[in-house]
Amino acid sequence: MAFSKNQSEVDEGLKGELAKKGVVVTTINQLYNWGRQSSIWPMQFGLACCAIEMIATACARYDIARFGAELFRPSPRQSDLMIVAGTVTKKMAPQVVRLYNQMAEPKYVITMGACSIAGGPFIDGYNVLRGIDRYIPIDVHLPGCPPRPEALLYGLMELQKKIQSQEIETTEWYQKGMKREYPVPDFGPHGLVPKFNPEVWQPRELDHRKDKYGEPILIGRKTKAPDLDAPLATPPVAQPPKPQTA
Amino acid sequence: MNLQEIQSKIEAALPGIRLKPVRESLLIEDAAMLPKVAAFLKNDPVLALDYLSSVTGADYLKYLESVYHLYSVEKKTGPVVLRVRVTRDSPRIPSLVPIYRGAEFQEREAFDMYGLYFENHPDLRRIFMWEGFEGFPMRKDYEQEDSEILETADIEWLDRHGAKVPEGMRKKAADLKAQGKRAVAEKTGKSIE
Amino acid sequence: MMEKMFEVQDPVNHDTQTLQVNIGPQHPSTHGVFRMNVVLDGETVVSLKPVMGYLHRNHEQIAENISYTASMPYTDRLDYFNSMSNNFAWALAVEKLANLDVPERAQYIRVIMAELTRLVNHVSVIGFLLNDLGAFFTPVLYAFREREKILDIFEEVSGARMMCNFLRFGGIKRDLPAGTLERIKEVIQNFPKFLDEFETLLTKNEILCMRCQNVGVLPAELAVNASITGPMLRASGVNYDVRKADKYSIYDRFDFKIPLGQTGDVYDRYYCRVLEMRESLKILQQALRDIPVTGEIISKKMAPFVKAPRNFKPPVGEAYGRVEAPKGELGFYVVSDGTPQPWRYHVRAPSLINLTILEDLCIGHKVADAIVILGSIDIVLGEVDH
Repeated sequence: MAFSKNQSEVDEGLKGELAKKGVVVTTINQLYNWGRQSSIWPMQFGLACCAIEMIATACARYDIARFGAELFRPSPRQSDLMIVAGTVTKKMAPQVVRLYNQMAEPKYVITMGACSIAGGPFIDGYNVLRGIDRYIPIDVHLPGCPPRPEALLYGLMELQKKIQSQEIETTEWYQKGMKREYPVPDFGPHGLVPKFNPEVWQPRELDHRKDKYGEPILIGRKTKAPDLDAPLATPPVAQPPKPQTA
Repeated sequence: MNLQEIQSKIEAALPGIRLKPVRESLLIEDAAMLPKVAAFLKNDPVLALDYLSSVTGADYLKYLESVYHLYSVEKKTGPVVLRVRVTRDSPRIPSLVPIYRGAEFQEREAFDMYGLYFENHPDLRRIFMWEGFEGFPMRKDYEQEDSEILETADIEWLDRHGAKVPEGMRKKAADLKAQGKRAVAEKTGKSIE
Repeated sequence: MMEKMFEVQDPVNHDTQTLQVNIGPQHPSTHGVFRMNVVLDGETVVSLKPVMGYLHRNHEQIAENISYTASMPYTDRLDYFNSMSNNFAWALAVEKLANLDVPERAQYIRVIMAELTRLVNHVSVIGFLLNDLGAFFTPVLYAFREREKILDIFEEVSGARMMCNFLRFGGIKRDLPAGTLERIKEVIQNFPKFLDEFETLLTKNEILCMRCQNVGVLPAELAVNASITGPMLRASGVNYDVRKADKYSIYDRFDFKIPLGQTGDVYDRYYCRVLEMRESLKILQQALRDIPVTGEIISKKMAPFVKAPRNFKPPVGEAYGRVEAPKGELGFYVVSDGTPQPWRYHVRAPSLINLTILEDLCIGHKVADAIVILGSIDIVLGEVDH
């Protein structure tokens, strides 16, 4: 297990015996992480369709409260987890980065849905950012369009595993000179400046999508406009009368 | 009332107007006449087209077009479709906002996407894109940026903010600048569908 | 002495400053990423400028680059509460363009799905409206409990909870699974009970009445002039429903009324939606009674394109199809140039156009009311920004 080093070295049997007597043996890391993982406060921050599934997760049927993460905070200053639920457009991306910078340490990010991972179905648009991981680091990627509430719960559990594996001595936010604020991109004349932050993300050497499909922007490829003025070759056929109800 | 009757009605009311039926719509050949036609259709007691449903900008390469769908809430009839055409060089169309408030955001949208300039619009700004965006992204000749290749402006910005930039990207950006080109997405790919 | 202290000295030239407040794009009560630039005098709204585009996903550009059928799943994501209604509008537009007819059973299934969607939308909207009023999350819990029941039906029918992608040109994607109609009947039977419960809690609630009545009054004339559609228009007392005006699909066969408001305030908008849900239930009951047991689900003309949708090339021409979506009139304008991709594809988004009069409604009210008025307009940002 990835987080075994956080376990105490006391023998499991002995631990059980002690627990019967009301003595709990643990490590400080385990205690610290147990507390953190059971009270993740997500930010109440919805961008698009996935936000509705996020709300559904918080509602009675799926009940995110079972995982200690029901306290949606409207303010980034009070939240531990940003669920980027929906398409990040170029117009919105600077605000998302700014919100990330405003969150207090320790902070985590789940990208919910295909759009926030890589642009999703809207990847080819002029105003859609191809993944928020171009500007900020991500902890859990959650595919789906939109992911079901169960998937969000699974993603949260994966995040809990990650939290469990962290140690106080080595965690990033206790290190000196650790940079966890990322510069906020500016609006340029054709898109965002910069297009991505190479410290966080770099384009892959092999772009399978490009190999397979090519760059699928077709704007400007069509060179012949339809001529609506031309008289119709045949008069339009009248629609057959609709059958009556029985 | 069919299209022909409406056409003759408008021609009788507004002498000198040139109308041409295009499919199911009426093309107003002189764009400046549009508000007069719209006001007539709205105030005519028989037609009473008091509801402007949709304003659409479109690019037909040789000209730009704006299409209006008018309905009547009172009579529950419609649509009467009007269209005006303008050249790419001077895409000026009189705004319909003084007659139909509902045109406000749709005209702003057509301005944002196609660069149709609506005269007398009370607040003609970009609606979806930010101020400072160049070009009109829905025009057929718009060149979209390639979002995988950094340009000089990006490199300068990153240097200013103290971010490390790999040498390869720096070189590519310098090459592009030397050629005087932008990193533009290819247009000749296979279609996705 | 006391009297003098509270004397208002020259209220016009009072030495106060206006305050500019920026609400959004990240704000819990803007229903997503909507932004309002509000100028306040004390707590009173002096000016309000909506700013949108934070969810502009270039829907139209993408649709002009892909085949007609491939646009169907994109329409789901316009107004992501009501994917079925969006599908319906797009299917109608293309059916007009290509002159397709729709088989009987498919028509009924379409109407059933569209009306179920209306229930989902209205119930969630009322939940969120109450959220904006300060009843934090409890009404949403009730609303989403009912929503889940209907989403289960959608999932059973189409395979997806939210993004159904279920309609096709000239029909629907596939027939209903066995037993679905019974489950729909069950949901419809239980829905009035829930509505009664919801109404007992809300309709005569004093806080709701005081916060909503005479707030954000929209006069009928302005509503028509500003192209407002949907429950918002009808709350102002204008009798206009595309289902009745156009009689598209088979809506002429059903007996239902159009609820109208009197004053056009937030309360009327709320109550119109409640009544519309009851009318939708009526339509659903009639549709479930009349639906043919078996039958074709897709038009014969479209059968060759079921497996090869990219070969579908409508003739050169243009069409405008519109439906009464839960938020208002949703229209699609499409121009075909005879190739597999449309030349022009335009969405007439009701949410966007209903926002036109937001400033008119809010001026003179307190900033807390502005939030409620926005909630009562019922916007979805996917559709506002398309």
